[in-house]
Amino acid sequence: MPEVALAAEGLEKRFGGLRAVAGVSLDVHVGEIHAVIGPNGAGKSTLINLLSGELSASAGTVRLSGRDVSGLAPDRLGLAGLGRSYQKTTIFLPFTVFENVRLAAQARAPGRLRMFGGAGRDAAVAARAREAVATVGLEARGDVGAGLLSHGEQRQLEIAMVLATDPTIVLLDEPLAGMGQAEAAGMIALIRSLKAGRAVLIVEHDMDAVFALADRLTVMADGRVIASGAPEEVRRDPAVRTAYLGEDGPA
Amino acid sequence: MRGAPITGRLAAAALLAAAIALPFLVPAYYVQFATKVLIMGLLAMALNLVVGFGGLVSLCHAAFFGLAGYVLALAAPQYEAGSLWLTLPLAVAAAALAALAIGALSLRTRGVYFIMVTLAFGEMLFFLFHDTKIAGGSDGTFVYFKPEAMIGGLRLLDLEKPATFYWVVLAATLAGIALLAAIVRSPFGHALAAARVNERRARSLGFPIYRIRLTAFVVSGALAGVAGYFAAAQYGYVAPQMLGWHVSATVLVMVVLGGMRTVTGPLVGAALLMGLEEVLRAATEHWKLVEGIIIMIIVLTLSNGIRQLFEMAFGTATRLARRRPAEALPAREAGHA
Amino acid sequence: MDLVSLAVQLLNGVQYGLVLFLVASGLTLVFGILGVINLAHGAFYMLGAYLTYWISAYTGSFWLALAGGVAIAFAIGLLLEEIFVKRLYGRDHLAQVLLSFGLILVLDEMRHILFGKDVHSVAAPAFLQGSIRLTEVLSYPVYRLAICAFCLAVAAAIFFVIQKTRIGMIIRAGAENRDMARALGIPFDLVNRYVFAAGIALAALAGIVVAPISTVFPGMDNQMLILSFVVVVLGGIGSVAGAAIGALLIGITDSFGKVFFPSVSSISVYLVMAAVLLWRPNGILGQREV
Repeated sequence: MPEVALAAEGLEKRFGGLRAVAGVSLDVHVGEIHAVIGPNGAGKSTLINLLSGELSASAGTVRLSGRDVSGLAPDRLGLAGLGRSYQKTTIFLPFTVFENVRLAAQARAPGRLRMFGGAGRDAAVAARAREAVATVGLEARGDVGAGLLSHGEQRQLEIAMVLATDPTIVLLDEPLAGMGQAEAAGMIALIRSLKAGRAVLIVEHDMDAVFALADRLTVMADGRVIASGAPEEVRRDPAVRTAYLGEDGPA
Repeated sequence: MRGAPITGRLAAAALLAAAIALPFLVPAYYVQFATKVLIMGLLAMALNLVVGFGGLVSLCHAAFFGLAGYVLALAAPQYEAGSLWLTLPLAVAAAALAALAIGALSLRTRGVYFIMVTLAFGEMLFFLFHDTKIAGGSDGTFVYFKPEAMIGGLRLLDLEKPATFYWVVLAATLAGIALLAAIVRSPFGHALAAARVNERRARSLGFPIYRIRLTAFVVSGALAGVAGYFAAAQYGYVAPQMLGWHVSATVLVMVVLGGMRTVTGPLVGAALLMGLEEVLRAATEHWKLVEGIIIMIIVLTLSNGIRQLFEMAFGTATRLARRRPAEALPAREAGHA
Repeated sequence: MDLVSLAVQLLNGVQYGLVLFLVASGLTLVFGILGVINLAHGAFYMLGAYLTYWISAYTGSFWLALAGGVAIAFAIGLLLEEIFVKRLYGRDHLAQVLLSFGLILVLDEMRHILFGKDVHSVAAPAFLQGSIRLTEVLSYPVYRLAICAFCLAVAAAIFFVIQKTRIGMIIRAGAENRDMARALGIPFDLVNRYVFAAGIALAALAGIVVAPISTVFPGMDNQMLILSFVVVVLGGIGSVAGAAIGALLIGITDSFGKVFFPSVSSISVYLVMAAVLLWRPNGILGQREV
């Protein structure tokens, strides 16, 4: 039985009178890609922000590998093995590709806040960074400023940064946003390769990608989970069809 | 590209040699002026750790500067010289403690709140000395003698001599530069810069942002204290004005003028601004007006310090040739931050 | 301390707080809507006071000083926005801080050139002089009561404009989402110019109104600047209601501080600020989550 890397139970988030997320429970196993889909306003972004610690939940718990991490700040979750990419590319634009990933690798290394001795000295950190850069296919662009990369390359860089922190669970927030066909195909392959030894939760709108990647699917609408399970089952679920895919959804 | 660093190193070495030889080259007035420039330069470089590298606009650093000066005035016996070995660490510790207290509270806020809060806390320290009888109130108090450096009854250094005082300050400034350069290049420095560039991403990677910034703030405050100590010793007098936010803002101008992304840029900025002030003071009674206008022009035209002026005038060739070894950009930083 | 003196101190605190509110509301509006931090704000308070002195010395009329001072300050605000402030939109806070600092140096020196270093006094209008008997033992200066009433009236006017008029709606829209409002075709250049000028005029108005009781002196700008910043931080940037709460809190703290802890009264204000920040880092009515 593959280990449960992330388990959320009864998550709720209230903004004043509005319930953006209500009673959401889901889990992600190591070695699987669990996709979360839903129409706009379904609460998917709020959910991901709750899981990554950037919003504090009004109710409910989150467990990482069995450990209760509810209410922990993003940096503590990062240290606990959670990695996340953002819908809007969130990287260090003025730094080079390599420096971006090196920083990510440094974040969990011993001596990460050492105040003497150049940062480049840590060979293990540098090696991990190079490995992550190679995994996403950006070795040729290592010395290029991140701000000069194409949109797709920047998304790849963000994945590399997440990889460099050696996470147990990866949260991907619309990784294919703004990508053209060719770039998207590359990203899909990259995401699929991520699940080896890790748990992946992905929020996406691109249905082709979702059905190509997902081992399990959860559908949200109005802040709640309306269906969850294997993609084929969810596809056939009438509640989902009406709420999201529409009466004449993809067959 | 191989030629550039060597030219830079030669230039830096020449500058250092000139700095050391200064007391033999120019009259005492200029040595004392140079001392003042080094002191303000150290303060500006200290501030820059927080502003340029940390990305936080602090308006209270004059408070750490002035507090250290007051500690010297208070710790030295009434009509004798204080001991350098005792009063300097005491002053720096006081400045560091104040930075810890103010930083711990201020860093809970961000953006413009941080600016306003540091402004307010700086003024609080100003009022502490201005309104109470701790040290002469609004009149301030004197430091009658320069601190003395004795070991077992033997005088090691005579700080009453302008040249000796200058060399001690020069040594302190160089030590400060070395410390800041090491910090900026270290993993800590890289994490600090990352937090400046994209706080959200830095936090999500796992860096403890608050702790990192507070540490930088305390180191910065301590170095500001070193500068303040020597300022009080040189001037022989401390007054609440030393802690006023106008001083903090003036130092901020030096930082911006010299360039925020290098360790030594603010020292250059200090030299430029103080040189400018000397010229203006001699020219007109209303020099503050002219200085104000110049500051406004600088802000409106320069976004990257005086270096930008050179680049605009001479193109990128100058940028390569002027690169100095003391410069500490985060490793392989591409373009401007 | 008996009840009467307590009442007097409370009234003083409220009066001071109301004046502070006038200044702070201008500051918080400029920051909330234009996104510009203006360190020279205190200088405009001082400008109002000096204009009052000058105009009333020339014409003998306080009312002319009131009207003239506000008009001149408003005009100066329009001019400054056009020349400097609009170049600051979108630029980082550091640039704004330094530009407004340069402006303070210029304004301060101009004050020195035009008015010298003396302290000046301004007479209140005749019918507002003297004290009024509130109770058997309590007398309170009429002018201070007039200030309270006036500031409350202005506060009500601000509230009315912002909440109930179309221009107020535009202002609130701009504060909440500038880009969206601009996309809707609202002429923000004009709105910004008038909001900035209004902010300046509010600070000047406070200076005008306060001139008869506080005297007109160099350095009055710094005092007011720091306090108005504390009020804005306390109340939450961009929130006029927050500024009102903060101003009253600070006014009363300062007033009672002067009585109970005279030697450290000036610090009491900052201690209150520190305490509030520990509880709410974004101010009492500021945004809760980042």
